[in-house]
Amino acid sequence: MDILGKRKIWYMISSAVILIGLIFLLTSGLNLGIDFSGGTLMEFKFDKKVNNEEARKVLEKINIAVDSKIQQTEEEEIHGILIRAKELSSDDILAVENAFKESYLTTELLRTEMVGPLIGQELRKKAFLALLLASLAIVIYISIRFEFRFAIVAIITLLHDVVITLGIFALIGREINTPFVAALLTIVGYSINDTIVIFDRIRENMKLMYRKPFEELANKAVVDTLPRSINTSMTTLITILAIYLFGGASIKTFMLALFIGMFAGTYSSIFVASPLLVTWTKRISANK
Amino acid sequence: MRYKQKKILKFTFIIAIIAFAFFLFYFYDINLGLDLQGGSHIVLQAQPTEEREINNQVMSGIQQVIERRVNQLGLTEPMIQRQGSDRIIVELPAIDSPNEAIDTIGRTAVLTFRNSAGEVLMSGENIKDARADYDQYGRPVVRIKFNDEGTDKFEQVSRMYLGQKIGIFLDNELLTNPVIQDVIKGPGQITGYKTVEEAERDSILIREGSLPVPVKVVETRTVGPTLGKISIDKSIKAGLIGLIFVAIYMIFYYRFPGFLAAVILVIYGIILLGTLAGLQATLTLPGIAGLILSIGMAVDANIIIFERIKDERRSGKTLKASIDAGFKRAYKTIVDANVTTLITALILAYYTSGTVRGFAVTLGIGILVSMFTAFFVTKNVIDLFTNTNFLKSEAAFGVKRR
Repeated sequence: MDILGKRKIWYMISSAVILIGLIFLLTSGLNLGIDFSGGTLMEFKFDKKVNNEEARKVLEKINIAVDSKIQQTEEEEIHGILIRAKELSSDDILAVENAFKESYLTTELLRTEMVGPLIGQELRKKAFLALLLASLAIVIYISIRFEFRFAIVAIITLLHDVVITLGIFALIGREINTPFVAALLTIVGYSINDTIVIFDRIRENMKLMYRKPFEELANKAVVDTLPRSINTSMTTLITILAIYLFGGASIKTFMLALFIGMFAGTYSSIFVASPLLVTWTKRISANK
Repeated sequence: MRYKQKKILKFTFIIAIIAFAFFLFYFYDINLGLDLQGGSHIVLQAQPTEEREINNQVMSGIQQVIERRVNQLGLTEPMIQRQGSDRIIVELPAIDSPNEAIDTIGRTAVLTFRNSAGEVLMSGENIKDARADYDQYGRPVVRIKFNDEGTDKFEQVSRMYLGQKIGIFLDNELLTNPVIQDVIKGPGQITGYKTVEEAERDSILIREGSLPVPVKVVETRTVGPTLGKISIDKSIKAGLIGLIFVAIYMIFYYRFPGFLAAVILVIYGIILLGTLAGLQATLTLPGIAGLILSIGMAVDANIIIFERIKDERRSGKTLKASIDAGFKRAYKTIVDANVTTLITALILAYYTSGTVRGFAVTLGIGILVSMFTAFFVTKNVIDLFTNTNFLKSEAAFGVKRR
């Protein structure tokens, strides 16, 4: 099987997906949730379905957060509604809660989240910093254990996965909160993990088959580790899919991000990382 | 005979690890985060005023007021701590009306002087300073300085209530109940303290009682117990379904070694729960996701090992030699692959807070436990079956190309 020989095809596929993602990232952008943009979120549970207009009437009665976004929750059995408003004071939150309890005696407030705009800004900054630091630490580790070029290629690969995940989220317009950052960092870890298993084999082949051209020994490494790559991503994707389908609404976004990222991660470790190494190595020997 | 003894030893070792994990799990139990058992996470931020900037003294004043307010709610395990230079985090267990409690905690408190009928005579804004000290007889006292307006007011009050008790209240809680012994012009002092620490405590509250600066509730996250319960139930279901499907996949692909991998996964799960309980790590909803995800990572270690053993078999080695060589070469790969994930988990744990940190911590623990399982459990389990027909057959670690 010649995977690395067809690297131009893989580059094109990746570039196309990234390009589409980037277009959506730049035009529609990410749908930032209250963790990043600040605001209030309240989730109520009712005995029977309460539609959005009825819920809005309750808000209108007390004249608080009248312009909030009202939504039915995904889990049907709890007849829930989600109210998204701008940042509300503790007094206002209490007023909203009491107003609903007056109108619907058996209602229950499942959760309340209020994030001030300043906190949102901080969370954004910290998320970015965490991502940057993680990448840096990984470059250092791989440079020590492997070679610098392996490290740079690994970083390009994980950027590839992160950008694709971000792009798809911009495309589908799904709301993101802090768990999304955790998901991105997991993708970073996983992507690196996947790439390293292949790099580890290339490193080994470089010693065992030092007479062979780099492309050939790298291709052998990719092909030999293919069962592992496929099996691992299958088992991981199975668990992610299980949580996505059965794990409840609040971690769905998190799992979707993981699913996309892990999928991209598996693809890139096979079709992007090692091909890039070959391209890099060929350029260097051509320049000599 | 020696071989058999070794086998028994290995078997005992595995059982001992499982037993120890069970022991930890049963005796320490797993801490559930606020998002799973219900509760509130509140972040308060001090707001500087023109007269006062935020410093350590101001913050400890605020913290004490907040602590008193929370204690008045009579909860079992509230947690109150400083964060950064100007924030205080309060965590409350699930209560009936969390939003009411948050409203109480975050409001600007009022320090008042009241007569026996409860009428407010003057308030905390008239106080300039209050310090613990000793009087001329060496008794601990609190000295209070009033501002100009306060000096006039207190002179009137002390004249009117001479010989009577007045109460100093923080919100509705009585701090101290001194008798006015004199008409006081200028600074006053409160006696009757047994220790200087007692006086110190009251002086801080009188000084800072009415919150030296206003606080603002900048973040609240409240989860009702119902939602927590739904989340736990669903997560357990999802985890089990995930585990079963992974087991089916592994058995389908690797046959007998795949079955062993599934057994090892269950052992991994037990060790992981035991470790979480033993370390008293807090499990959050993203944390559960991290756990389930680490199942994927744990099974990956086994896959790497199995594929290595197959490679060795293909090169013509005996089963025993292949297993030994396969493990040896797989270890290095597993360490390199996991250390990088561990690095991201560590950075994530350091730079985030709340439920996301819970995710990073469980993921980190999950990775360490999965490495432990791969190195100490997988090898021993495989060794137990080395000489059986299960592993000798063509299908297991077979050399046949698929």
